Amino acid sequence: MTEAFDYSLIDWSRAQFALTAMYHWIFVPLTLGLGFIMAIMETIYVRTGNPEWKRITKFWMTIFGINFAIGVATGIILEFEFGTNWSNYSWFVGDIFGAPLAIEGIMAFFLESTFIAVMFFGWNKVSKKFHLVSTWLVAFGASLSALWILVANAWMQLPVGMKFNPETARNEMHNFWDVLLSPMAVSKFTHTISSSYLLAAIIVIGISSWYLLRKRHIVFAKRSIVVAAVFGLITSIFTILTGDYSARVVAQNQPMKFAAFEGLYVGQTRAPLVAIGVMSTSPEDPDNENIKDFVFKIEIPNFLSYMAFQDINAFVPGIRDLMEGNEKYNIPSAAEKIARGKLAIDALAEFKLAKEAQDQAKMDEARQILDENFQYFGYGYFVDDPSRLVPSVPITFYSFHIMVALGMWFMMFFAIVLLLVYKGKISQSKFWLTIGIVNIPLAYIASQSGWITAEMGRQPWVIQDLMPTMAAVSRLDTNAVITTFILFGVVFTTLLIAELKIMFKQIKIGPKQEGGH
Amino acid sequence: MFETFELYTLQQYWWIIISLLASLLVFLMFVQGGQTLIYQLGKTETERSLIINTLGRKWELTFTTLVTFGGAFFASFPLFYSTSFGGAYWVWMAILFAFVIQAISYEYRTKPANFLGRKTYEVFLFLNGLLGTILIGTAVGTFFNGANFSVDKMNLTNIYDSAISRWETPFHGLEAVLNIHNVALGLSVFFLARVLGILYIVNSVNEENILVRARRQMWNNAVPFLVFFLYFVIYLLLKQGFAVNPETGEIFMEKYKYLHNLLQMPVVLILFLAGVAGVLYGISSFLFCRSRKAIWFGGAGTVLAVFSLLLIAGLNNTAYYPSLHNLQHSLTIRNSSSSHYTLTAMSYVSLFVPVVIAYIYVAWKSINNKPIEKSDLDDDSSHIY
Repeated sequence: MTEAFDYSLIDWSRAQFALTAMYHWIFVPLTLGLGFIMAIMETIYVRTGNPEWKRITKFWMTIFGINFAIGVATGIILEFEFGTNWSNYSWFVGDIFGAPLAIEGIMAFFLESTFIAVMFFGWNKVSKKFHLVSTWLVAFGASLSALWILVANAWMQLPVGMKFNPETARNEMHNFWDVLLSPMAVSKFTHTISSSYLLAAIIVIGISSWYLLRKRHIVFAKRSIVVAAVFGLITSIFTILTGDYSARVVAQNQPMKFAAFEGLYVGQTRAPLVAIGVMSTSPEDPDNENIKDFVFKIEIPNFLSYMAFQDINAFVPGIRDLMEGNEKYNIPSAAEKIARGKLAIDALAEFKLAKEAQDQAKMDEARQILDENFQYFGYGYFVDDPSRLVPSVPITFYSFHIMVALGMWFMMFFAIVLLLVYKGKISQSKFWLTIGIVNIPLAYIASQSGWITAEMGRQPWVIQDLMPTMAAVSRLDTNAVITTFILFGVVFTTLLIAELKIMFKQIKIGPKQEGGH
Repeated sequence: MFETFELYTLQQYWWIIISLLASLLVFLMFVQGGQTLIYQLGKTETERSLIINTLGRKWELTFTTLVTFGGAFFASFPLFYSTSFGGAYWVWMAILFAFVIQAISYEYRTKPANFLGRKTYEVFLFLNGLLGTILIGTAVGTFFNGANFSVDKMNLTNIYDSAISRWETPFHGLEAVLNIHNVALGLSVFFLARVLGILYIVNSVNEENILVRARRQMWNNAVPFLVFFLYFVIYLLLKQGFAVNPETGEIFMEKYKYLHNLLQMPVVLILFLAGVAGVLYGISSFLFCRSRKAIWFGGAGTVLAVFSLLLIAGLNNTAYYPSLHNLQHSLTIRNSSSSHYTLTAMSYVSLFVPVVIAYIYVAWKSINNKPIEKSDLDDDSSHIY
C-alpha cells in the first residue's frame, strides 16, 4: 500500500524548500549581525564626530546592502512556498502559523524597509540623530522579523497553544502567548539570533584581517576588529548558553531528534556525550538505512545525561527505546503510537460521517476517541513503514557536532583577538589574521549546520507528532516541482555568483576616502 | 474589544483589511509600471539612471506590501492560501520569479563586477514590471471568473492520498491566462501601473526631457488602460456572479451579482466612483494642466477603485474564489477564514497599521522632499543605484 505514496514528490518538495531556505540563510545572518555592528559604529561616529567612523560605518553598510538585496530576493519564496508546496500544512495549521507571518510583515518588514531607505539615502537629507535612529531601527527591524519567523518555526517543532477542531479539520489557536513564549520559541530565537551576530562578527574580522595582511586601510581595519571582536565575544558566549538551553528543550520535547544528535541507539542513564565520532557507512540496522553505528568515537562520560536533564543519573532514551518502547521509563513504542494515531484519524472520518447523519451520540463518541489519541495523530500515516520515523542519524550527528565544535572555536578566537588587540599586536599577528580569513567559510558552515541539525533532525515531521511531510505536501506533478527546483537552483546560484563578485570587488576597493556608498 | 465581535464581523473586517492591502499594493506598483518605461522615458544613460534611482527609493515598499499581503491572507483566510497557491502553482511561481529578479536589480545594476552586466539587470526590472503586474491582475481576475479546483478537508483521513485541495486541470493555473476577462484585468493593472509610474516619475524627477516624453507616454498608456478597464468593469457588472446563501452556505449563480453588490453597498459604490474619478482626474490634470502632483489623485483613486472592486468580490454574501469544478467547493469569507481567536488576535495587530503608515509618511517626506536631479547622481555621499 505504501506504493500509493509518491515519495519522489515529497523528496523533491523537501529538496526545494531546503534549497531555497539554505540559500536564504546564506545572506540573512550577516545582515542580522551587521545591522547592529553598523549601528554601534555609527553611534561612535555621532558621539565622537570623528569622520573616520562615518567612513567605517558606510563601508559596512555597502556590504550590508549587497547582502540585504539578495536576502530579500530569496526570502519572498519561502513565505509563499508554504502554500505552493505544502498546501495541506497551510490549512491544517494555518490558523496558528499564518499569524506570525502576518505580524512579521506588519511589525518588522515595514520598519526595516522604510528606515533602510533613510539609512542609505538620508545622509544629507535628515539630521545625524534621525539617521542614527534609522540605522538602529533597521537593525531592530531585521531581528524582529527573525523573531516572528522563528516563533513560527519553533511552533512546528513544539506545537502548543492550540486545539484540534474536527468541524474544520484543523488546529486552532487558543493561546497566542503560549505560541510566542514557548520554551522552543525562546530557545530558537535567542540561539539563532545570537549565532547570526556571531557570524557577522567573524565576517567583519575576516575582511579586516585581509586588509591588515595587505597593509591597507590599517586604521579602518583595526577599529572594525575591535568593535567586531567585542561584539563577537559577547554574542558567542550567549550563543553557547542558548545552545545549551536549546539542547535541553529538544531533549525534553523531541527525544528522537536528540537521540539522532548523538547517534544514541540504546538509551541509558549516565549517558556519555560523543565528543568526536566517525560513523560506519553501512546500516547498523538492516531494516533502516538511516541508522548507522560508530566505527570510532571519543566520549565524555555522563555528560549527555547532564546536558539533557542537568542530572548525570537521568535516562536519555535512544532510538531503539523510542521505536520499540521502554516500559521501565514509560516510553510507548512506535507501533503503539501508530495504532493510536490511526485511531485518531479514523475517529475524524467517523466524526464527519456522524455529522452528516446528524447522529450526536456518534459524533461525541468519535470526538472522544479523537481527543484521547490526537497527540499521536501524525503517527497514523506510518502504518506501513514505521522505519520512516527515524531521521538520518549521520546527517544530524555530523551537522550537530560541526556546529557545536565551531561555536566553541569562535568563542576562543574572539578572546584571542581581543587579547592581541589589548597587547597592540594584532597587526603583526600574521597567523591569527590568516585564521581570521579562514574563519569566514567556517562561520557559514556552522550556521548552515545549525539549520540542518534542526530541520533534518526533526524528520519526518512538519508538525512534531501531528503532521508528517507526506500528509502536508501539495498534490502536484513531481516533474513540476523538479522543474521549479532546477529553476531556483540556476537563478539563485547565478545571483550568488553575482553577489560574491560584487562583494569581493567592494572589499578590494575598500572604504572610500570621503562620503560615497 | 474585538473579542466581542461576531465571527462574521471579524471575517468581514479581515476581508476589508486584505482588500485595503491589495489596493495599496496596486498603487505602489507604480514602481513596476515605471520599470517598464525606463527606455521609453530615458534616452541617455543619465536619464535612465535618474528614473531608476527615483523608483529605487520605493521598490522595497512595494515588495514589503506584497509580502505583508501574502502573510495577512495566510493568517486570515488560510484555505485560500492552501487552495490557490498549492493549485495554481505555475501562475504563483511565475509571479514569485518576477519579484526575485527585481529584488537584486537595483542594488547590483551599477556595482562593479556585477557578473551579468547593467543591461541584464535593466531587463530584469522590465520583466518584473511586465509579468508582475499582468500576472497579479490575471490571478485576481479569477476572484470573479473562478478557477478549477476542488476542496475536501476530510481527505486528511485518507492516509494514502490526503491532499485536501486538488487542481482539476493539468495546467495548474496557466489556464487563467486563456480567459480573456482575466487577461483584461491583468492588462488593466499593467497599463494602470505604467500610468502611475509616469505620474510618480514626473513628481519626483527634475529633468525636462523626461517630462516631455512622459506626456506622450501618458497618452499611449492611459488610452489602453481605459479600454481594458472599461471592458472589464462593464463585463463584470453585467455578468452572473457567485452568490452565497447565508443561511445554508449554498453557492448559486446570481444575475448581475456584482452590480447588485455595488447597489446594495452604496458606500462601496461611492468609493468606486470616487476612485475612478480620482484616476481620471489624475491623468487629465497631468495631460491638460501639466500638474506634477497628479500622482496623489491617481494614487488615491487607484486605492479606492481597487479597494471597492475587491470588496464586491468577497462581501455581501459573495464567493470570492469560485470553483468552476464544483460550485459548492467555492471559497467564501465564511468557509475559508481563520478561527475567531486568531482573527481577534490579528485584529489587535492591525491596530499597528496607522503607526506603520505614519512612519512611512515621515520617511517618504524626508527622502522625497525635493525631486531628484542630475547633480544628485554625482553626490558621492548618497546611495546611488
